[in-house]
Amino acid sequence: MPRPDTISLSSGCAYFSVCGAPVFKIVDAKFLAPGIKRFVLEAPRIARKQKPGQFVILRIYEEGERIPVTIENSDPKRGTINIVVQSIGKTTHLLNSLNAGDSLLDVVGPLGKPSEIDNFGTVVVVGGGVGTAMAYPTAAALKRAGNNVISIVGARTKELVILEQEMRDVSDQLFIMTDDGSYVEKGFVTDKLRQLIQGGAKIDLVLAVGPIVMMKAVSEMTRGHNIRTMVSLNPIMIDGTGMCGGCRVLIDGKSEFACVDGPEFDAHRVNFEVLVQRNAMYRDAEQRSLADFQHARTAETCASLQGGRS
Amino acid sequence: MSPTASKNPVSMKDRMKIPRQAMPEQLSQERAHNFNEVNLGYDPELAKLEALRCLECEKATCSQNCPVEVKVKEFIELIVAGDFLGAAAKIREDNVLPAITGRVCPQEDHCEGNCKVGKKVKPLGIGYLERFVADYEQRTSLHVAPNAPPTGKKVAVVGSGPSGLTVAGDLIQKGHKVRVFEALHELGGVLVYGIPEFRLPKHIIRQQVDYMRKMGVEFETDVVVGRTVTIDELMDEEGYDAVFIGTGAGAPQFMGIPGEHLNGVYSANEFLTRINLMKAYKFPTYDEPMLDLHGKDVAVIGGGNTALDAIRSALRLGARNAYVLYRRSEAEMPARAEEVHHARQEGINFQMLTAPVQFLSDSKGWLTAARCVRMELGEPDASGRRRPVPKQGSEFDLPLSVAIMAIGTTANPIVQSTTPGLETNKRGYIQADEHSQRTTRKGVFAGGDIVTGSATVILAMGAGRRAARSIHQYLTSGQW
Repeated sequence: MPRPDTISLSSGCAYFSVCGAPVFKIVDAKFLAPGIKRFVLEAPRIARKQKPGQFVILRIYEEGERIPVTIENSDPKRGTINIVVQSIGKTTHLLNSLNAGDSLLDVVGPLGKPSEIDNFGTVVVVGGGVGTAMAYPTAAALKRAGNNVISIVGARTKELVILEQEMRDVSDQLFIMTDDGSYVEKGFVTDKLRQLIQGGAKIDLVLAVGPIVMMKAVSEMTRGHNIRTMVSLNPIMIDGTGMCGGCRVLIDGKSEFACVDGPEFDAHRVNFEVLVQRNAMYRDAEQRSLADFQHARTAETCASLQGGRS
Repeated sequence: MSPTASKNPVSMKDRMKIPRQAMPEQLSQERAHNFNEVNLGYDPELAKLEALRCLECEKATCSQNCPVEVKVKEFIELIVAGDFLGAAAKIREDNVLPAITGRVCPQEDHCEGNCKVGKKVKPLGIGYLERFVADYEQRTSLHVAPNAPPTGKKVAVVGSGPSGLTVAGDLIQKGHKVRVFEALHELGGVLVYGIPEFRLPKHIIRQQVDYMRKMGVEFETDVVVGRTVTIDELMDEEGYDAVFIGTGAGAPQFMGIPGEHLNGVYSANEFLTRINLMKAYKFPTYDEPMLDLHGKDVAVIGGGNTALDAIRSALRLGARNAYVLYRRSEAEMPARAEEVHHARQEGINFQMLTAPVQFLSDSKGWLTAARCVRMELGEPDASGRRRPVPKQGSEFDLPLSVAIMAIGTTANPIVQSTTPGLETNKRGYIQADEHSQRTTRKGVFAGGDIVTGSATVILAMGAGRRAARSIHQYLTSGQW
């Protein structure tokens, strides 16, 4: 079992810098919450072009897989982009173990269609968990476009609430919901959305980004009230340019590619069941990779502790 | 050719008596379980013997039928003389990727299809010989011929597939600065993500790319032109004087039948990309997950080379039954005869005149079977081939865990949709003049599958050659 670590990372980068390919340096890395880390990456070409709603595909090291990650923000002058990553599988755990000064082998983008930005009137932005980081740039752009932005940020518990200040800065109203009630208000984001709708708020658009179950619940709630609702989908992808078709989602019963036709879609046309099914396609392999990785990490820690004692 | 100049000691009559030297290959029982190359290549003895079969025709019809016009007769003559490096250099005058075309070019449609020897007996093994000298050159010495003095002109090449690499190789020799932009993390385009290791090993592509680096070509991976940077930005802000678009026909097609979204249904692009580019067959050394196909039934839908590449890969991943479902008969199959032959030897089960009409699943959305119909051939259709017509009452269910759709690809719209003034045809392919490869935008050229739709490596390279010639002319004359 090969142990992906800084040795393979630096050897990969050395090869590529010799070949003249770009090296994507991490200039800053900070945990926003347990298991959720924000990276500032040197990626000048992407920083120049990024628009809210777009994503990158990255690969950490030579034997690594390619994963899509939404861009949280960019700084064209500095030539950097921000991404926010939650540790879920092997690749995201490995990524979140990296720090400023490390590099990624590949970062490509910006991919996908940007969010539609217009003055819609009143927009409710719903961010669930790490989805808040993906909703944030669109919320900011909607605010700049003159909308009345009402944001609902949800998390399982207090310490997993992220980007509270950033979201407050771009929202006319901000509601925070925690599943366990450990922070602000107990309940799901949909409880707050229901309250708003039943309270007679005139809502012109809802944008929901987060776990599939959350986006589906939001979609079902707004459907009955005929409120236009956009969701940002996160199917499995390889190339991100429309070449593999692995990210196909059923929209009104027809296949569309999330990487080039999305990632945002009209929620009321999305078949969420198929999305859930397809995302489970490699669960066994993913769990095996993660278990091997954690086992190797534990062995490494034990070895270094023992080394320290002797 | 005058008889005195010939280095071939064998009389014309006796040349025809030498049998075509068979390509040594891995045993089918063994290779069906590994990803190593099927063909092993000639050794110098075999190569010399095969080269002796050339009739040194005055009118070299072999070269006339080559999209890049390789000087076949001349390089064969150098092999006969034992000058293998000279033969490689001779090929390189017209073909910058000899180790690749020697492996995947359909020679039966080009040089070998026009070989005079082939009128009586089996044609000269031109492809095998090309491969031999290219590999020999790689093993022994890689002399890089000097480029023309710098012209001060800069060319951007979009896509590092066969047409882009050809343009880059030709233009760097003319003294222009060339930078190739590639969307993926590996260079080679379809050669890397599409063609499996057992037909075209990745190290061969890397060698060819490294050779181009030595020639001075620059490469930048992870750039999706149209998204990361536009054609206009390349020309206006980054100072490129001309751009060549060789982005290929990369978008997969599906049949539009029920159940294509099910888990276990792949496009051939996805299936092959997971294996070739992401090396899923090396899981867990590589992180890319792949369905474990041991004991499973797999079918590919389609009858081209891609279909065979996919199903032969599935077999190597352990598939119990590996089917090709093709809606026409074997005579209409677009795949190369050599590939069909290899696939049969390995145990691929061909179901001709068969097409799926629906995919069936279990309650969790996993593919369990394809509902198929048998076809019969009716009147000729637009392609000139007899149209397959479903036979009434012939429906049957074929149990399957994985189905791979290899029914063709179409144009990827990213570059076209972000480049104002770049016109496309109805099917989304870029409009380019068939001789000059010029598009409707000044300074922008295009060639390969993004112009013609899916074709072959060598046809894309032919377009690359024409484009390079016309880009050079444009850069030196300034005339559009």
